[in-house]
Amino acid sequence: MTNKNTISRNSDLSGDEYQWGFTTDVETELAPKGLNTDIVKLISSKKDEPAWLLDWRIKAYENWEKLNKSEGEPDWAMINYPGIDYQDIYYYAAPKSSSNTPKSLDEVDPEMLETFEKLGIPLNEREKLAGVAVDAVFDSVSVATTMEDKLKELGIIFCSFSEAVKNHPDLVKKYLGSVVPFSDNFFAGLNSAVFSDGSFAYIPPGVRCPIELMTYFRINTEGSGQFERTLIVADKGSYVSYLEGCTAPFRKSHQLHAAVVELVALEDAEIKYSTIQNWFPGTPEGEGGVYNFVTKRGRAEKNAKISWTQVETGSAITWKYPSVILKGDNSVGEFYSVALTNNHQQADTGTKMIHLGKNTKSTIVSKGISAGKGNNTYRGQVQILPGAENAVNHTICDSLLVGDQCGAHTVPYIEVRNPTARLEHEASTSKVSEDKLFYLMSRGLSEEEAHHMIITGWSRDVIRELPFEFAVEASQLLKVSLEGAVG
Amino acid sequence: MLKVKNLCASVADVEDSDILKGVNIEVNPGEIHAIMGPNGSGKSTFSNVLMGRPDYEVTDGEINFNGEDIIELPADERSHKGMFLAFQYPVEIPGVRPWQFLKASLDAKSEYHGESKISVREFSKLFDEKVKSCGVNPELIKRSLNDGFSGGEKKRNEMLQLEILRPQLAILDETDSGLDVDALRIVADGVNSMRSPDRSFVIVTHYQRLLNYIKPDIVHILVDGKIVKTGNADLALDVEKNGYKDFQ
Ligand SMILES: Nc1ncnc2c1ncn2[C@@H]1O[C@H](COP(=O)(O)OP(=O)(O)O)[C@@H](O)[C@H]1O
Ligand SMILES: [Mg+2]
Repeated sequence: MTNKNTISRNSDLSGDEYQWGFTTDVETELAPKGLNTDIVKLISSKKDEPAWLLDWRIKAYENWEKLNKSEGEPDWAMINYPGIDYQDIYYYAAPKSSSNTPKSLDEVDPEMLETFEKLGIPLNEREKLAGVAVDAVFDSVSVATTMEDKLKELGIIFCSFSEAVKNHPDLVKKYLGSVVPFSDNFFAGLNSAVFSDGSFAYIPPGVRCPIELMTYFRINTEGSGQFERTLIVADKGSYVSYLEGCTAPFRKSHQLHAAVVELVALEDAEIKYSTIQNWFPGTPEGEGGVYNFVTKRGRAEKNAKISWTQVETGSAITWKYPSVILKGDNSVGEFYSVALTNNHQQADTGTKMIHLGKNTKSTIVSKGISAGKGNNTYRGQVQILPGAENAVNHTICDSLLVGDQCGAHTVPYIEVRNPTARLEHEASTSKVSEDKLFYLMSRGLSEEEAHHMIITGWSRDVIRELPFEFAVEASQLLKVSLEGAVG
Repeated sequence: MLKVKNLCASVADVEDSDILKGVNIEVNPGEIHAIMGPNGSGKSTFSNVLMGRPDYEVTDGEINFNGEDIIELPADERSHKGMFLAFQYPVEIPGVRPWQFLKASLDAKSEYHGESKISVREFSKLFDEKVKSCGVNPELIKRSLNDGFSGGEKKRNEMLQLEILRPQLAILDETDSGLDVDALRIVADGVNSMRSPDRSFVIVTHYQRLLNYIKPDIVHILVDGKIVKTGNADLALDVEKNGYKDFQ
């Protein structure tokens, strides 16, 4: 169950512009712009971090700095943007009023709470009854976490990353960087050096997390980057479903978001990770918008299952490949994605399924919707390594074009090093046809509704993987995001 | 109810593509009209032009529905005003469930008329009832709209929509073709049960067969985009005996 307020709020949105485009006047504490060892140290000391973590950050920074000087940002993706000036970004922005972590909601800045209200995340009793534990990351500092007590009874840990570092250092130390090492890629390296907060979840052996865990991310400070870090560990035989929502206010300048998500599913465990990404996409003319460079990866041990579901409608640029390392025998990896690009948005997204164990199985369902001048690339990699006897992959990769100024591209990489592997790949490109529109309109649906119905129907195999109420929100988001592109 | 005068239509944006060349027809409340004609004579074009399909351009003439000129109205508004077209070739729409689609149709109509929407429970009841009476396979209906339906299943699904939306004027474009006798009965029973003094039907058919079950008040023969003959139900029997050659 997710929160109903979010849904009703979104469904009566009528607007023709970005709905979440408000900023909050909370006093903000900013470290100076730019990136160097001192900033990394400052971030770490602001958070009272142990020495091992500071060490790790420094190493990550040095590695990134080397990479930045030698190769710079990766350039293989089908995206165009002017170079990012990494010295012109704030790497730490904390709402001032949270310098002392609030003990209860009463202590949370009312204006901040109002922001969450607008976002549809009321952090209150009603919310708890609705069964959602929300960990809200506002700029970079986690503000309040609900439902903690109920989860505590089951031994489930769900808290901000900073709290996890303080209260569960052994777990963090054991798993941080174990799936996405800081040397993994440019943006993961940057994140490892300067991440300021994020979420942490641990599900003990055999426990089925009774509620959906949820985090809302939001970028508020102008010119600030957001670098959150999420780590989820599902211990043996446990289960958790995790939801992540993202919004950012309307800004004329670009904002950088470089997050890292690491999932660890131990033997027989299952993690279901759902994302609705609705960062500010930029104006219809292509001004502003979030640059979203995200590294998400999970490791599945024996008999474990990791499932990524994403609905990506926001950001000026999306660069994101949620992946699964199928390490254990019989492990399962899934990726369900709808990525929509409208106006000048660009998305280069997909997944990597790396089969190491025997009888491993992966499923990829990717749906790319391009409208306006949007450019949408699916980039997927399926790797079957020599030890992966009887590995199976099934890939479905569909593109839908709305209008004739947009683009859709499919870039599959397949590497098979074990002859017993079975792979299936289906791909299609289609348009919203006049026939379908007329059929629906002749039954009384407006042109816009008809488009929406065709598009959500087309995306249904992905949307139905989302928890029910999140699915309603996703469908609404597709509608709002397409406004202006149809009719 | 429906007055069509000198209706001329061509394929939009294609020169010299006239298909309808001056069609005249007047349908009064409660009447059932049959339109018969050889393949390619323009029956589907006529049906689609009545419903407002944008692929066609009306080059001359009038379409008047309940006293209103509707030529400029988009299909959704024609639907709200009470028109319905059962398609000859219903299109497949993946991922859209018939239930959801029909509920949305009814809701759109209620909204247009400022009426309150039918509740989910009430609608479900109505839907299940009609699924049964139209002989629609309940398993099929859980899938996507028309997706993977056979020709006959698609036609039954059109009847289901007709019976749920209950329009004032229903145009059935060869709903009978491709149906076995049982299915034909279902179509006929549907039409006959909905028949009322304020509801009219335009039934387009290639064969006389369906008219054994539905007795039309008036029969028109459409050849090469024009109505060449109008008569009573006996005209359909003539056609069955002699074909269309006498009219060509
Ligand atoms: N969209 C279209 N584009 C081009 N030609 C068309 C189109 N629709 C119909 N036609 C042509 O118009 C004529 C009448 O077609 P149609 O109305 O489907 O006839 P019927 O339903 O009587 O068999 C045919 O010659 C057909 O090829
Ligand atoms: Mg026809």
